[in-house]
Amino acid sequence: MTSQMSVDQTVSYTADEMMTVSAARALRDGMTCFVGIGLPSSAANLARATHAPSLVLIYESGTIGAKPGQLPLSIGDGMLAETADAVVSVPEIFNYWLQPGRIDVGFLGAAQIDKFGNINTTVIGGDYRSPKVRLPGAGGAPEIAASCREVIVVVRQSHRSFVERVDFVTSVGYGSGPGDRERLGLTGTGPKKIITDLGVLEPDPETLEFTLTGLYPGVSASAAKERTGWDLAIAAEPEIIAAPGPAELDALRRFQGTLARSHQ
Amino acid sequence: MAEIVSLAEAVERAIHDGDTVAMEGFTHLIPFAAGHEVIRQRRRDLTLIRMTPDLIYDQLIGAGCARKLIFSWGGNPGVGSLHRFRDAVEHSWPVPLEIEEHSHAGMANRYVAGASGLPFAVLRGYNGTDLYGLEGPTIKPITCPFTGETLTAVSALRPDVAVIHAQRADQSGNVQLWGITGVQKEVVLASARSVVTVEEIVDELDARPGAVVLPGWTVSFVARAPGGAHPSYALGYSARDNDYYVAWDAIARERGTFTRWLDEQVYAVPVGQS
Repeated sequence: MTSQMSVDQTVSYTADEMMTVSAARALRDGMTCFVGIGLPSSAANLARATHAPSLVLIYESGTIGAKPGQLPLSIGDGMLAETADAVVSVPEIFNYWLQPGRIDVGFLGAAQIDKFGNINTTVIGGDYRSPKVRLPGAGGAPEIAASCREVIVVVRQSHRSFVERVDFVTSVGYGSGPGDRERLGLTGTGPKKIITDLGVLEPDPETLEFTLTGLYPGVSASAAKERTGWDLAIAAEPEIIAAPGPAELDALRRFQGTLARSHQ
Repeated sequence: MAEIVSLAEAVERAIHDGDTVAMEGFTHLIPFAAGHEVIRQRRRDLTLIRMTPDLIYDQLIGAGCARKLIFSWGGNPGVGSLHRFRDAVEHSWPVPLEIEEHSHAGMANRYVAGASGLPFAVLRGYNGTDLYGLEGPTIKPITCPFTGETLTAVSALRPDVAVIHAQRADQSGNVQLWGITGVQKEVVLASARSVVTVEEIVDELDARPGAVVLPGWTVSFVARAPGGAHPSYALGYSARDNDYYVAWDAIARERGTFTRWLDEQVYAVPVGQS
């Protein structure tokens, strides 16, 4: 995403940077956070480098309290193990740490997401045995979505990825509506925010359908509607989310710089 | 007691056509050298198990070694798709690939059940997902006999052979690994046989924080293979070769470039040097 937005004459930033900053702001200091790789990892590390220095980062590779100085290349990056408070086995991270509901927030990405926050990372199009696109699969996401106290999803918004109903339910949001999580015995409270490159969606308290509640500066509600595959409801007065501050942008770009360098 | 042998001998004696083989290493200590030796010895009809079938299984699948894959996340970590895996699933090339897929928590627990000598493990998981119906033979509801609560049972994994890479072993075949240790202990204990490649064989294993030790009598074969986890990393020995992961995307994208890579980098290369 290279489109530039600008709030004033001095600060310009990309839509992806706005999304990452917005996602980082959703994390509060002292929280425990189960982090997926990619956009969620960038945002969680940004939060720790700015307003949430005591954020506890937990990766499914078994690293608890990782404090990487740069963005990890993968969930198994040695830097995570070397900076962690504890390193545990994979069965242990899921059974002792995630499953009992010890972790405040699960931070997930998605290839496809629907209006009830269900996530697909398995197959798109065709049928399961002969899909149009074979995606990587579940990884740790189904249990993160089930067991973290709450879930935040970070995903770029498009008509193709924001669909009425996902092609495959890899990880459950609110299922097909109110009561489903309770009926399924899912212990966490489910997805609280979908943070995109246009704004923020939150579940309607009654219907649990994701509704646009926040927009980035310069983004219109109609643009968000156009890039959504369901008839997106818009809050009465969507919040205009503050543009990234200089400290946030500096920290983010420093991280992205270290990632780019380690890729060389 | 573990026998210390060459990698070629370990693969030849431990892994046979039609076997169920689990090569583990959760983004760290991935047994690439052993995987390449399996390709070189042209094993066929393997059922391959791995939580994260990344490049190593893309290579084995593309080389036609596998008829089935049991997994929970198949991608090139930090880079993108596995093109050989996708070609096998989407177009049956070079041979059809049956798949059985789970979540990480499910797979980890299936190994725990195997290591524990139990037929299944119990977890809170899969409820409401489409994996549940899809993998019905290996995922079933179970009622807690104490509380009446409905939980999920997953069937045990009991591979014929476990293959892992570790930092060190001693002369008696006791194996030591540290850093991110994933499911390596579980997979070795769940399997009938095991092959462990190591960076070095030392006289004595001194203590390392958080290390997993597999006593030599739990391991079938130990083979010295320095750099045997390349391009993944071995904590304390080598870093991840990220260029390789990025370059793999282009190599694996086309059947032709992949086949050339296989000829030049695996078949034509002596054991332990690919």
